[in-house]
This record gives sequence, structure tokens and C-alpha cells, in this order.
Amino acid sequence: MIMAEKKVISGSDVMAHAVKMCRPKVLPMYPITPSTLIPERLSEFVNNGELESKIIYVESEHSAISALYGAYATGVRSFTATASQGLALMHEIIPIVAGSRFPAVMAVANRALSGPLNIWNDQSDTISERDQGWIQLYCENNQEAFDTLIMAYKIAENSKVLTPVMVCVDGFYLTHAYEPVQIEDQKDIDEFLPEYKPLHFLDTSSPKTFGAFAQPNSYMDFKLEQELAMQESIKVISEVNSEFGKKFGRSYGDGLIEEYNTKKAKLALLCLGSVSGTIKEVIDEYKAKHPSGAGAKEIGLIRLKAYRPFPTEQLKKAVKGIKAIGVIDKHASIGFGGALTNDVKAALFGEKIQIESFMAGLGGRDIDRAKIRDAIETIMKGKEGKWLK
Amino acid sequence: MAKEKKEIVEKKDSTKVNAAGIPLNLGAVILEPGSTKKYKTGEWRTFIPAIDQAKCIKCGQCWMTCPDGAVSKAEDGTYWVNYDYCKGCLLCEKVCPVKCISHKIEEK
Repeated sequence: MIMAEKKVISGSDVMAHAVKMCRPKVLPMYPITPSTLIPERLSEFVNNGELESKIIYVESEHSAISALYGAYATGVRSFTATASQGLALMHEIIPIVAGSRFPAVMAVANRALSGPLNIWNDQSDTISERDQGWIQLYCENNQEAFDTLIMAYKIAENSKVLTPVMVCVDGFYLTHAYEPVQIEDQKDIDEFLPEYKPLHFLDTSSPKTFGAFAQPNSYMDFKLEQELAMQESIKVISEVNSEFGKKFGRSYGDGLIEEYNTKKAKLALLCLGSVSGTIKEVIDEYKAKHPSGAGAKEIGLIRLKAYRPFPTEQLKKAVKGIKAIGVIDKHASIGFGGALTNDVKAALFGEKIQIESFMAGLGGRDIDRAKIRDAIETIMKGKEGKWLK
Repeated sequence: MAKEKKEIVEKKDSTKVNAAGIPLNLGAVILEPGSTKKYKTGEWRTFIPAIDQAKCIKCGQCWMTCPDGAVSKAEDGTYWVNYDYCKGCLLCEKVCPVKCISHKIEEK
């Protein structure tokens, strides 16, 4: 029985702990840097009896997600983890898991997509999967990673949602960093996250067909059902976030977006994931240097926790009073610029606000405070966004 | 017993039905077991095979090879094409060791 404790622990380790305490029955596993330590730790837990689960050491990530699909078809909670090329290899099954309405949870350690090969962090892997029908939640630090994995199952398994969730953590920055994390008690987690009760599952006493055709006369209606469920999930994500806050004393904005110092800010940066930590440092530096506060040097941060569903209404509220946003892009939709920027522009279409894209951190290139300051100064000078090389 | 279980599942599901009358079961799951039998895929045929029972040596190759399970074995050990589901791929004709299966274009 896990007793609640706060300890200095690596991201991969603590994420494995979170998954263990969600009691998955099947664990299809395949290693890829920088997600590998998650299945390794889970493997240890199963082998030393701490976790009762069937591990399947599959032959590729495509098999990992296929086995995940299979596990959910038998009606049990399951989990897998991957990154970059592994996620890309899963690509053809990813929309099937969503279309089948399996409430799967997968951790992705954000890593650059190859071409050239690169094992370090950026968000090209998961952002490239944003259209496939999965909920995507991004984490700033390892405490949030631990918390979000537990919340992810609750969100996914909500009867109005029944949509799989990708929990995204910046590879190496979170997976391999050691931070103090509060690990909660198994009993409390069991109370927060009850047993998974599937609606449909393979059962010889009540046979059903999974993975059948839907012809042109029905496919589109099934897709609309997915869209409606994704819209429902906006409410559910917020509810689960505040429920988690009530039970464990920690929550993340409204569950969809988190704001930092946006009240008086006329300028804000917007991002996904752990770079928000660095941005908060820079914002605090500006405040310290200019204690009078209001006006030009008041800078805010809007961190999107949910990328899908895109929190359009929440973002519109958050940018009220803000004149310009600088988006920190960690994936270039080659031919059309920053992927996150384009989504933000679409969401804020019609709003009187300037939006600039700052491409940064691709392939793990460090985003230091100087680069963040550069982005801020660029917007203040009224200049266009650029690649922060 | 199975029928009872089916009723309960359908109640819980409270399924919508689309304009074409197709139930929008969660994840497009099909709740009725064996429902594909309703679709007579034999209608897709262009070529129609026929087994010459006089020449047939009852080796069972056609029955084993048919990718649709559309060749059945009768109780007396003879083999018969099920024209409800035979799609006319003619693999049975290709594998027959005594060439007792022939085909023609099906007139519709």
C-alpha cells in the first residue's frame, strides 16, 4: 500500500508510480528515448509484485497501441508510453482508438520527430497528432505529470466523454529531471478514481463486433459523436481538475488553461508545457526590475494545459485587455509556420489582438531566459515574430 | 438468456439512430452477433463457379481454400458452393486437382 509521501524523484519514475496506482490490468510496452524509463519502472513494479498487471513486451510501438486497443476491447484499463518516432509509428491506430471511444491513457515524452534524427525535446510528435481525436493535456512539471495521469483516466472514462487522452511531458526536461513530488496515498487515489466499468467489451456470453465498417451512410455521424464528446470534455476536464483540487489540494488553472500575472498585463506569452517555468522566471525578473508594475513591463503568461479540446472560450476570456501575444512554438508546420500559433490565431479570429510566433527549442535547443526576453522585447518594439535560434 | 442481456445493453446505451436508420452505437460497435449473415455478398459476383459432382473426388481443397467459407461440406461428404456468399474469386477452380470446377460469366 502506497502511503502518501513527498520525495525527490525523476519524472519517469513518478509517472510510473501514478500509472501503477491507477491499477491498469494490461501494459503493452515498447521502449523509446526519452519515455523508456516509464515502462522500465512499470516492469519492475509488476515483477516485484507491487502491481498486478499483464505486461506485454511487444515488438514495436504499432503493436503497443494495437495491444492497447485489444486490452480496451476486453474491457480493462490499460496504458502505454512512447515518444517521437514511436508515436509516429502508432499513427494509423491512433484515430481508431479514438473512433472506438476507448478511454485509453497514453503518456508521450515529447521528442522531436526525425529527419534528421534527434532524441531531444520539442513538441512536433504530439502536435502532429492533434487531429486524431485524442484529448491532449500538457504538463509544466513532474507534480503536474503525476496529477494529470490520474486525472486523465477520470476524464477519459467519464460516460459523457469516452475519449482517449494523451498526457504530454517534455522529454528529458521532465522525464529525466528530479523534482520534489507529492506522491499520494493509494486509498485516496482509489476513492478519486473508481474501477473502470466498460459499456461494451468482448464477451462470449454477449458477443459483439468491434472494428466493423461504417459506410458513407453512417461514418460521418460517428465522427460527429466524437466531436460532441470532445466538446463535452471541456466541462469534464474543468470538473475533474477542481475535484482533484478539493481532494488533493492541487489544481491547474481551470484545468484547461493556466494564467500567470495576466491581470494587468498588456502583453502575454503563450505556450504548452515546461517552458512555462522559464517564462515565469523571466516575468518575475521584469516585475522585480520594474516594481511600479502597470503598463509596458507587466507581462503575463497563458499556459494551455489542454490543447485538444482547444479551450477557445477560455482563451478569449484570458486575453481580454491584452494587446499582444507572443506564442512559443515548439513545432513548425513546415510551409505555414508555428502550429500552435496558427491554432491560437484561429481561436482568436476577430479579436483585436496582435499574435506573433516565436519558434524555439526545436530538437532540444535550449530556451534560456535570454531567448524569452528577446521574444518579449521583439513584441514591445512592435516587430514581427521570428525563430529564436 | 442472450436476448435478455442484449435488451439490457441497449437500454443502458440509449442509442441514437441516424437519418439512414443506422444505430449510432458507442464506437460503432455492432451489438447483434452474426449480423454479417444478412449481407448476401454473392450479389457482388461477376464469375460464377460450378462443381461437377460427377468428377469431384471429394478431396476438400476447394472447401479449405475458399477465403469466404462459401464452400460447404454436406453430410455425405460432397462439396457445394453457397451462392449467397460466393464472390466468384475462382480460387476453388484454381486449386482443384482434378479440374472439376468451371466458371462462366453470371447472367443477371
